Amino acid sequence: MFLLTEPVGLMHYLVVGAFLFVCGIVCMAAKRNAIGVLMGIELVLNGANLNFVAFGSWVLRDEGTAGIGLDGQLLALFVIVLAAAEAAVALAIALNYYHTHSTVDVDQGDELKG
Amino acid sequence: MDINWHSFFFLLVALLTCAFALAVVISSNIVRMAFYLVLSLGGVAGLFFLAGADFLGGLQLLVYVGGTLVLLAFGVMLTARAPLVSMKTAPGQWVLAAVVGGCLLAVLLQVAWSVGQWAGPGRPGVLEEEAKPTAAPLGLGLVGVRVDQLDVDRRADLTEKEKKAREAGMSGYLVAFEVISVHLVVVLIGAAYLARAKRRVDAPLARPPQT
Amino acid sequence: MAELLKSFVPVWLAYSTAAAVNAALLVVLALMVAAVCNWLERKVAGRIQDRLGPTRVGGRFGWLQSVADGLKLLAKEDLIPQGADRLLFRAAPYVSFCAACSLYLALPLADGWVALQLNSAVFFILAVAGLEVLGVILAGYASGSKWSLFGAMREAAQVVSNEIPLALCALIPVMIAGSMDLVEIGNRQEGWLTNWLVFHDPFTFLTFFVYLTCAVASVNRAPFDLAEAESELVAGFMTEYSGFRWGVFFMAEYASMFVISGLAAILFLGGWNGPVPIAQWLGLTRDVGPLAAWLGNFLGMCNMLLKCSLGVLVMMWLRWTLPRLRIDQVMTVCLRYCIPLAAVALLGAMWWTYMWPGGW
Repeated sequence: MFLLTEPVGLMHYLVVGAFLFVCGIVCMAAKRNAIGVLMGIELVLNGANLNFVAFGSWVLRDEGTAGIGLDGQLLALFVIVLAAAEAAVALAIALNYYHTHSTVDVDQGDELKG
Repeated sequence: MDINWHSFFFLLVALLTCAFALAVVISSNIVRMAFYLVLSLGGVAGLFFLAGADFLGGLQLLVYVGGTLVLLAFGVMLTARAPLVSMKTAPGQWVLAAVVGGCLLAVLLQVAWSVGQWAGPGRPGVLEEEAKPTAAPLGLGLVGVRVDQLDVDRRADLTEKEKKAREAGMSGYLVAFEVISVHLVVVLIGAAYLARAKRRVDAPLARPPQT
Repeated sequence: MAELLKSFVPVWLAYSTAAAVNAALLVVLALMVAAVCNWLERKVAGRIQDRLGPTRVGGRFGWLQSVADGLKLLAKEDLIPQGADRLLFRAAPYVSFCAACSLYLALPLADGWVALQLNSAVFFILAVAGLEVLGVILAGYASGSKWSLFGAMREAAQVVSNEIPLALCALIPVMIAGSMDLVEIGNRQEGWLTNWLVFHDPFTFLTFFVYLTCAVASVNRAPFDLAEAESELVAGFMTEYSGFRWGVFFMAEYASMFVISGLAAILFLGGWNGPVPIAQWLGLTRDVGPLAAWLGNFLGMCNMLLKCSLGVLVMMWLRWTLPRLRIDQVMTVCLRYCIPLAAVALLGAMWWTYMWPGGW
């Protein structure tokens, strides 16, 4: 339980961010439901956001370094806004897919299969 | 034994976040996946608060959890057919996804572990000891005035021209802010148009015409 | 408290006990608010309908009625419909309740008397208030009945749409006061009635009423309560919930009503500063001494609780007086009336603050 007595460092946040990112990638790759793929995208973006915030955090900094400061939080802000916009468009695409195929299963979208 | 409470809460929230993210991957019921995703992103908001980004944590709760995930939940409800068809992925595909994910995780973890070696010294500056409010500097930075970088005199890595520009506050994110505002409007109008109700095609196979 | 306990038990236990007690106090505050509101609702409803309301339990005014109601709810059969998703059905009320309880973290009751003094407190309250809708959606889906789903979808659409004018209206006092910190906004309104932000300029006056409308719509109270109306969808998303789970939903609703009125009180009505500066007259300010400051703050807290209760009373009064709006009328009110009004008020207040920065 060494972590309970030491302050948390940058590395720990990066590990959590990496784990979220990989969960998102596996979700995007392995889910058959289109909305499930969307959820994978959200996880990926959040993993990246965590990285940004961690690099820009004054709490996690080691001695002598200054990191990227407020830029990290500003970039994370932009990512959140863009993720919301992208989720709206992706949902519109999923709804369109549902209207044309009567199912939301992405495996059924094989009309272009050779 | 003196517990560092910040680390304790970080451990708790990080474990919850990772556990629920894993639950999103493993679960096969789409509504339960949405629920676990809500909890996972709420955990990420908690991690933002713990990293000192309180405005961003609030923003994550407001926009991501309260907005984007509600949108996702609506999408789930609108595309769900009762009884909820459970679309399971074939085991072979799971293995492939796990292998790819595992390799990526290994690479990322190795990079994360060695961050001390590759992270540069960054910008030299004063190491703040107490919490600074982040909402006002963030807002001002969006408008173009970087109040957090007013210590340009101490920086040796900028040319004179860059220093003048920063002192005049011209190095903010104003252009990006304007672009993203227009972008949001355009995207939402486009999404609303794309998702409008149309006549639904009943079956993928059309009935052959009767003669 | 942690300091006190440190001499008896190991340090970590002292801190965790102190934290647990503080958290428990907050939850108890939310629960007490819910219990009092429950009794108040029945009394107010009774009086408006020209009858007495509960008078038997606990003396002439039926003060223990809330306790009796709580005991009844606990003793009811715990029913889960057959087609319901068990995990989500169980979890949904607690999601709403957690969101409603967390609001009390950032709501100050007097100058400095707040659980967590956030410098973006207004933002935090607006953000967490929008999380209750997730519990509603989960409940609607997990009940496994289409009426619940319809009610939940309507309620979610209503709450999420009303967040926009609510945030716009809350932005105006923030802009005038220059800070999102509720303690600072409250302190700015010290003194007489005219210092209240609602009387700062005519646009803020208009904003107060738009805020009130959007607040009532966002907590799903009548006349905007189609989603949980008895005559429309049985009980909307709460149809399949009985006993204690229903009680948790109701507690969440009353708790968030109280906080939204509290936000209105601080942003517009002066918070803990009364119409008259009583604390200053009685000499109970900070300069006199710590005890005087504490007493002054105590008066302020009573003032603040009075204003919150006033807000809750007005919401109850509206419920039992006005007829219910149809769902398309609800959305029309929000999207076609409240948003333009709030936007116009924002522009007007901005112009006013620009022309007369120090107040007129």
